[in-house]
Amino acid sequence: MNDSIIKTLTVSFLVCLFCSLIVSYAAVNLRDLQNLNKLNDQRIKILKTAAIYSPNESIESQFSRLTPKFVDFSTGDLLDQYGDYDLNTYDPVYFSKQPSHSTPIPSSEDIAIVKNKENIGKIYLLKDSSENLEKVILPIRGYGLWGTLYGYIAIDSDLNTIRGLEFYAHKETPGLGAEVDNPKWKALWDGKSIYKDDQVEIEVIKGKVDPSNKMATYQVDGLSGATLTSRGVTNMLVYWFGESGYKETLKKINYES
Amino acid sequence: MKVKQYKDVLSKPLIEENPITLQILGICSALAVTSNLSVTLVMCVALTSVVSFSNLFISLIRNYIPSSVRIIVQMTIIASLVIVVDELLKAYDYETSKKLSVFVGLIITNCIVMGRAEAFAMKEKPFISFLDGLGNGLGYSVILIAVAVVRELFGAGTLMGYEIFSLVSNGGWYPANNLLLLPPSSFILIGLMIWGIREYKKDQIEPNEFKLSGHATAPDLRKKEANV
Repeated sequence: MNDSIIKTLTVSFLVCLFCSLIVSYAAVNLRDLQNLNKLNDQRIKILKTAAIYSPNESIESQFSRLTPKFVDFSTGDLLDQYGDYDLNTYDPVYFSKQPSHSTPIPSSEDIAIVKNKENIGKIYLLKDSSENLEKVILPIRGYGLWGTLYGYIAIDSDLNTIRGLEFYAHKETPGLGAEVDNPKWKALWDGKSIYKDDQVEIEVIKGKVDPSNKMATYQVDGLSGATLTSRGVTNMLVYWFGESGYKETLKKINYES
Repeated sequence: MKVKQYKDVLSKPLIEENPITLQILGICSALAVTSNLSVTLVMCVALTSVVSFSNLFISLIRNYIPSSVRIIVQMTIIASLVIVVDELLKAYDYETSKKLSVFVGLIITNCIVMGRAEAFAMKEKPFISFLDGLGNGLGYSVILIAVAVVRELFGAGTLMGYEIFSLVSNGGWYPANNLLLLPPSSFILIGLMIWGIREYKKDQIEPNEFKLSGHATAPDLRKKEANV
């Protein structure tokens, strides 16, 4: 009889066992390739932020044009060494979740709802052939409407002009907040300025920027229908370019170059 | 005799008994993943392999599946296959897998897979079940590819990402039809296909379930008054 309890249980158990074996075999064996894909995907985003990505060249060789550096957020110093960690594989977002490597941000300062910030971050410097600084690529993140947006922002060697902005992970509403991925909107960022008299003034405003406004260089068109996402992007920039973000680091890069 | 049966099982779902246009199954992904032909092709391969192999495996163990848990057993097998396909895509075609996002996972709930398992694989031998799965997968693919070709060609002027019509926005002559890039356009296209197929195969036209009659309330009232 097919319908006895013993038979039912045995068949169910065997089917589950067999299926789980196949699924775990596939998952374990493909994990390395999948991780490599994810890493390359992120690298492509960084290259796109720096506006040096070309799909025909190998990602590896293009990426080698960028110099990664550790950033000590407490002093703003650029470091080449941090413990035993490899500069190439160090993942700041991962370390922001490790209590021993991160600091909770007091809620009064945490405008972008980052919650925990890694003690040591990682940024990328793009230099030209004669070692002059061309661009700095900084990872940023902050809360939008549904979740945290993760991205990179590229700034020019004057350390004030934005050259590119890309998000590699977010959960915003398709068609509204997810328009942060819209190439037309991203193109609006090129040439905008961040600091005015040492204060972060860059802002995603509601509606369209009036070019005759003298603050226009600090303003970017809002995403229509996505006020909270737009505000999240503003908050994220204010936080990461503020005192507890990269402000000190950018000053130090300025002295060095 | 056998060969004819195999041929029928493979070829009938292509047009005559197409799972999308006759049974109206699997519409959800037909709407969602057809704005770009290359993504559609990957989705078709994924669904076809899942439905063929789920039919094969379910048919192999059909005599041992207790009827009280048969749906769950089928689902377990289908879900495992879908996860494996999803993992493979993430490993070997990451870009497309990102574009397909949840729709690969949603193959589990695609009615074609479950429908073929329950209606065919539970009764028939493994090889013919596999062919039935393949046929239905291909039938699904035929419709999806047709929809995707129309949507991508007339919506974006490209096919597989290669420019066919040069767009006005790039200095060409073709003004893109943006409606075709939105999911509702596939509703219209599939509707037109169903109409076309049913014009050609009249036996597919279903009898009306109820008749529409003229407006009944107002004349009835007048009739009553007249009677009084």
